[in-house]
Amino acid sequence: MIDRKIPPPIKDAIEYKLDLKPYEFYSLDNNVPVYSINAGEQDVLQVEMVFYAGNFFEEQKGIAAATNFMLKNGTAKHTAFELNEAFEYYGSYCSRSCFNETAVLSLHTLSKHITKLLPVMQEMLTDSIFPEEELATFKQNSKQRLKVNLQKAEFVAGRLIDSYLYGENHPYGTYTNMEDVDALTTDALKNFYKQHYLNGNCVIFVAGLIPVNMQQLLNDYFGKLSVGKPTGVIPAIKPIPAADKKYHIENDPTAVQGAVRIASHFPNRHHPDFKKAVVLNNVFGGFFGSRLMSNIREDKGYTYGIHSYFQNHITESAWVISTEAGKEVCDATIREIYKEMKKLREEKIDEEELLLVRNYMIGGILGELDGPFQIIAKWKNIILNNLDENYFHESINEIKTVTALDLQQLANKYLSPEHFYELVVY
Amino acid sequence: MIKFEKFNLDNGLRVLVHEDKSTPMAVVNVLYDVGSKDENPQKTGFAHFFEHLMFGGSKNIPVYDEPLQVAGGENNAFTTNDLTNYYCQLPAENIETAFWLESDRMLSLAFGKKSLEVQRKVVSEEFKEHYINKPYGDVWHKFRELIYTTHPYRWMTIGASLQHIEEVKLQDVKDFFFKHYTPSNAVLVVAGNVQVAAIKTLAEKWFGSIPAGVRYDRNLPKEPKQEAPRFLEITSNVPLDALYKAWHIYPRTDPRYYVADLITDILSGGGSSRLYQSLVKEKKLFSNIDCYHLGSTDAGIITIDGKLVKGVDIKVADAAVMEELRKLQQNGISTTELEKVKNKTESAMAFEDMSVMSRAQSIAMYELLGDADLINSELSKYQAVTAEQILEESRIIFDEKNCNTMHYLSENRDA
Repeated sequence: MIDRKIPPPIKDAIEYKLDLKPYEFYSLDNNVPVYSINAGEQDVLQVEMVFYAGNFFEEQKGIAAATNFMLKNGTAKHTAFELNEAFEYYGSYCSRSCFNETAVLSLHTLSKHITKLLPVMQEMLTDSIFPEEELATFKQNSKQRLKVNLQKAEFVAGRLIDSYLYGENHPYGTYTNMEDVDALTTDALKNFYKQHYLNGNCVIFVAGLIPVNMQQLLNDYFGKLSVGKPTGVIPAIKPIPAADKKYHIENDPTAVQGAVRIASHFPNRHHPDFKKAVVLNNVFGGFFGSRLMSNIREDKGYTYGIHSYFQNHITESAWVISTEAGKEVCDATIREIYKEMKKLREEKIDEEELLLVRNYMIGGILGELDGPFQIIAKWKNIILNNLDENYFHESINEIKTVTALDLQQLANKYLSPEHFYELVVY
Repeated sequence: MIKFEKFNLDNGLRVLVHEDKSTPMAVVNVLYDVGSKDENPQKTGFAHFFEHLMFGGSKNIPVYDEPLQVAGGENNAFTTNDLTNYYCQLPAENIETAFWLESDRMLSLAFGKKSLEVQRKVVSEEFKEHYINKPYGDVWHKFRELIYTTHPYRWMTIGASLQHIEEVKLQDVKDFFFKHYTPSNAVLVVAGNVQVAAIKTLAEKWFGSIPAGVRYDRNLPKEPKQEAPRFLEITSNVPLDALYKAWHIYPRTDPRYYVADLITDILSGGGSSRLYQSLVKEKKLFSNIDCYHLGSTDAGIITIDGKLVKGVDIKVADAAVMEELRKLQQNGISTTELEKVKNKTESAMAFEDMSVMSRAQSIAMYELLGDADLINSELSKYQAVTAEQILEESRIIFDEKNCNTMHYLSENRDA
């Protein structure tokens, strides 16, 4: 009989050597850089065109997101319906997403259809006309969606905590109100398009089973555009953090839960503390076995889930703790969060727990390198943050070698209640 | 083509192995053939609640998560109306840790009092977060009760009410475990950087000695054929009126399932789909509209739901949806449209098969349906669907007598 009380031997994940498959790099005729990962088993392809056209570049709230969304709503030659049909006929997906610094136009398709789809993307990037009627529908539906979201405590809490950290006029802290949507005009969208897409800066990421003539295809369709290589310069906009640190907001008198957000400023990935802090964050609230989860969910049952994380920003970040907890236990939840901070400041993490976290993190990265889309996502993160391959290796090295003392010092530097904004939305 | 090998242990456990040497990882997926449809109507939400308890320690191992995390692994689980699925992923060299953990909790849980009490609270918060503290959160509780009169798809996986979770006793937990969590009720799929021979040895070593238990024979009440349209109107504290319509379709293994699935793709799912183009873009009656089904094992439903543009009369919106369905019933679809939804299916499958985790889960699901080999014949079944079948089925499915409608109205009508 086997003895089920004895665990099988394991290889510590930290003994693994992790490699990030190198990208292939080339530039189009107009100097637009292309990073490419050719890998995988399935005949699939992902093309992401990243423009520096996020809300850092807008002069009017909501313009960046609206322009990005409406890239697919009509060109001089084709209606929104026809553009959608052009992708959907081939079972392909052309999607748009707008972030703070960047805005992306991306394509997911079976590789065999690529030549049918690149011309359509080219047309969207050179000839979009932002029809009045399409904008009117967009505005109406955005407002309807906003109305529903404003009834959700978690949505309201997410907006407010960012506005406390950065101020409502900072790209990281701003949010859209009904009147901002009303104020959008086709002229404003066209101007933004002209400046940040037609004459903007772009970088392309390609991954999947890549056709041999991909470079030629990209050059044919995008190499003649008047877009250029990104300068790496993001407008410097100074955050204006709120003076008060504690907020209780009633959003819905019938609420049975509160959305709790605790957050403080944190430097970006270039700061020497960042990579070590990622490990500390995992111990604190970064995964299911973290201190916050073990205490507040698995011991007390106050919530379905509690997490801590660093905001994925380029110029500066924030350390955020986020949970939805029973209305009657929100205050107790906040007390426990601070208690866990105090423990990290006052007591060294024991080696057993630290080894668990190291192994868990390395195992996670090993799993994340599965497939071309995941590998290019790692590279994209490195490149858009103006980092290089060393960042990947140094991060892994920190996971393997950071000491309990380092982590305690970091906790003392960053995890003190006086640094944190505290918000509950009922 | 997804390759795998299958073998059975003497206690009835089905084991399937899918080798993929391109990844350093391994996936261990354990699917139990029990879902919320197997619950007592007076004790709903149990299968899902039980899923939480499966992490609260087993007979010989006080906690599940920690040893897995030490081995560089992570895991999760989900429960549906039909099944409960547990999965973990870890570096392939440590795969035995997953066998050790999964086999011990198949052998027996610890049935600790503390775990029961804490998870009762956790699930209550989950219930509140997703179904109470959100506009439209109770929609599916109400709509399912309209659509199903008899079949246990009547209630949601989370449970019909918080009260059922609050009343759970430790004895209920034990009974449920020994009834449903037996080797013959489970499918084990191992995938990734593994070898069939080694997995055979590990499976025998860790799972072979678990008692077979009594095989559970499912005998669920069948939903009678709906003979007349049903209607429900709800008024609630939501910002916008919403329309929900549902029609009964076929079980997952019925050949007509593929026709029904493609019908949902024709009606919605993209900026060039019929409902979006007509009702959102042209007529501007809805701000969003979707048509979908859930892929249920037993006879499921096709649903159309959408939120109305403020000021639109819901009767007008409802009639416009019916008008689109009539067009489909009268004129059918073009060759191009049929090609389009088949291309979409082909593409969706290729993207789904990219991750080893997703392949492992698909293999388990198809084995549950009767034969894991189905995974490799799915695409050809979609490709064989004809425009005539779509026309015929649209007439049968969208028959007036088969229709369930819920008008979910905003109580703040002028806000």
